[in-house]
Amino acid sequence: MDIINSYGFILIVVAAAVGFLMAWGIGANDVANAMGTSVGSKALTIKQAIFIAMIFEFAGAYLAGGEVTSTIRKGIIDSAFFINTPELLVFGMISALFAAGIWLAFASYLGWPVSTTHSIIGAIVGFAAVGVSSDAVEWAKVGGIVGSWIITPAISGFIAYLIFQSAQKLIFDTDNPFESAKRYVPFYMALAGFVMALVTIKKGLKHVGLDIPADQGYFIAIGIAVLVGVLGRLYIRRIKIDPKTEKEAQFANVEKVFAVLMIVTACCMAFAHGSNDVANAIGPLAAVVSIVQSGGEIGAKSALAWWILPLGGIGIVAGLALFGHRVIKTVGNGITHLTPSRGFAAELAAATTVVIASGSGLPISTTQTLVGAVLGVGMARGIAAINLGVVRNIVVSWVITLPAGAGLSIVFFFMIKGIFAP
Amino acid sequence: MPINTFLGVFAKSPLKPLEDHINLVHKCSQGLLPFFKAVYAQDWKTAQQHQKAISMLEKEADEIKRELRINLPMGIFMPIQRQDVLDLLTQQDKIANKAKDISGRILGRQLAIPAELHESFLEYLKRCLDATDQAKKVINELDDLLETGFRGRELRVVENMIERLDEIEDDTDRLQISLRRGLLALEKELNPVDVMFLYSIIDWVGELADISERVGSRLELMLAN
Repeated sequence: MDIINSYGFILIVVAAAVGFLMAWGIGANDVANAMGTSVGSKALTIKQAIFIAMIFEFAGAYLAGGEVTSTIRKGIIDSAFFINTPELLVFGMISALFAAGIWLAFASYLGWPVSTTHSIIGAIVGFAAVGVSSDAVEWAKVGGIVGSWIITPAISGFIAYLIFQSAQKLIFDTDNPFESAKRYVPFYMALAGFVMALVTIKKGLKHVGLDIPADQGYFIAIGIAVLVGVLGRLYIRRIKIDPKTEKEAQFANVEKVFAVLMIVTACCMAFAHGSNDVANAIGPLAAVVSIVQSGGEIGAKSALAWWILPLGGIGIVAGLALFGHRVIKTVGNGITHLTPSRGFAAELAAATTVVIASGSGLPISTTQTLVGAVLGVGMARGIAAINLGVVRNIVVSWVITLPAGAGLSIVFFFMIKGIFAP
Repeated sequence: MPINTFLGVFAKSPLKPLEDHINLVHKCSQGLLPFFKAVYAQDWKTAQQHQKAISMLEKEADEIKRELRINLPMGIFMPIQRQDVLDLLTQQDKIANKAKDISGRILGRQLAIPAELHESFLEYLKRCLDATDQAKKVINELDDLLETGFRGRELRVVENMIERLDEIEDDTDRLQISLRRGLLALEKELNPVDVMFLYSIIDWVGELADISERVGSRLELMLAN
């Protein structure tokens, strides 16, 4: 108790700084996953991608990031264990942030697309199980979270398969694919808009100060979806057909329509990423702040401090602005074998899955969901070649991340404990 | 700094190199037209230049073949079977090899085509090259097949094109028979060894169409599963 009262301010500042750095790292590294498909299929330029990512990552983090934050803040650890020693929880959360941040930096240095979610969960479980007691971890909840890591890629793959098949049926396998694309693509846009709007309204607006009843929420979401669809239709109308012989350029023209759709799904993806991954940085920070501000009382049902979500959002955007350019550039140059019609199916499926999972508070991995979606499109015979070796390496890097995050966080935990409470 | 490798999931597409390969192979076999023109004129110097060009194109095609094989390791997940892609490539490559063999053999022996056969031989050659041209067109549909997930209308379009290829090959068989008959009538006046070689050249030119047809049926098998 004394420690918290005497060092409270310093602890908050340290946690905020580390949390900001972590958010910064998430922005710098994950942006390649979130935006790479759009840039890779040449639907967006790098500048456009960064611009979209900045706006929608922040919006996602601020408007829909609260639910996952509360899971990471309170859901993984049994707080009853820390009632008499709240400082341990504070130290632990700070070390978890340190551990995850360092692991993230290390992995991105090696070029491994690790999951920020995996590293922070591993780190929190690590310090609690080893540094305190294995009973301090809510194993049932952790089991649920880990289970979601297996299920969400499967769900996202399934959705991607369905979306891709529907696009094939409605657009590609018709007499005039270009006209069909112009007709049906706005509906996919509306779907993306609907998902984003619904989750924002249902989960996000409360802490902004707006409380909209459920039934009204649906109407507003549908209204936004229609608006997005209509705007999309107007924009698509302006696309000019390539005047080459219609047989040759037919699918090239169709892909142009899909490239417009990809702008919308890229927004959706950035939004989803922000809503899910901001929690990895600010969840632990939120825990620290609430303990310190209540003077060491853990059970207190304090609301999320107002400045925390924006801090995470700004951190992500700062990371994007500084490093995103370079990351996306390398990524965008690397692949040309992805057409907008495939990229859209993968992105929309992944974004939908992530947004829904975020709404239910599950901290899932954005990268993982996207890989699942890509495999889903592959199953529908949509992608020329998928490198299963790379997929395997990515999966291995996810598995390694858990013990690595845990180990690092245990080390930091004992170090911080040694500094503040010898 | 190595960058996040998520997008490494997307491997290099084998379809584009397959198309590049058949386009080159086709160009290589088309070289036979100016080559035989020179042969008809008994202009062996020009013929040699054309033979060299054919042989260069054949080498280039080999290069693409090798590269594609290297870039197609076991762990690649594709909408079509890996083995089918490799088989298709092997067949395509045989067209170029055959064109090189034909020109090489003629040039090596300075084998003249009897003037009486000039017209029917040229017609026969052109028809056989039509078959390779059709094979090229079929393979160049792979892009669009991928766009449509290898099913639906586009699949039927390709199946029709393959059918057309079969018809062309039937034509060449007919032309071959009449050409042989023409050669039979001339046999007595010609050098017997030359006659033997002429028969084998007629066979080889026919094989251009045969192999082209096989490229089509390989592709058909590939699409059937």
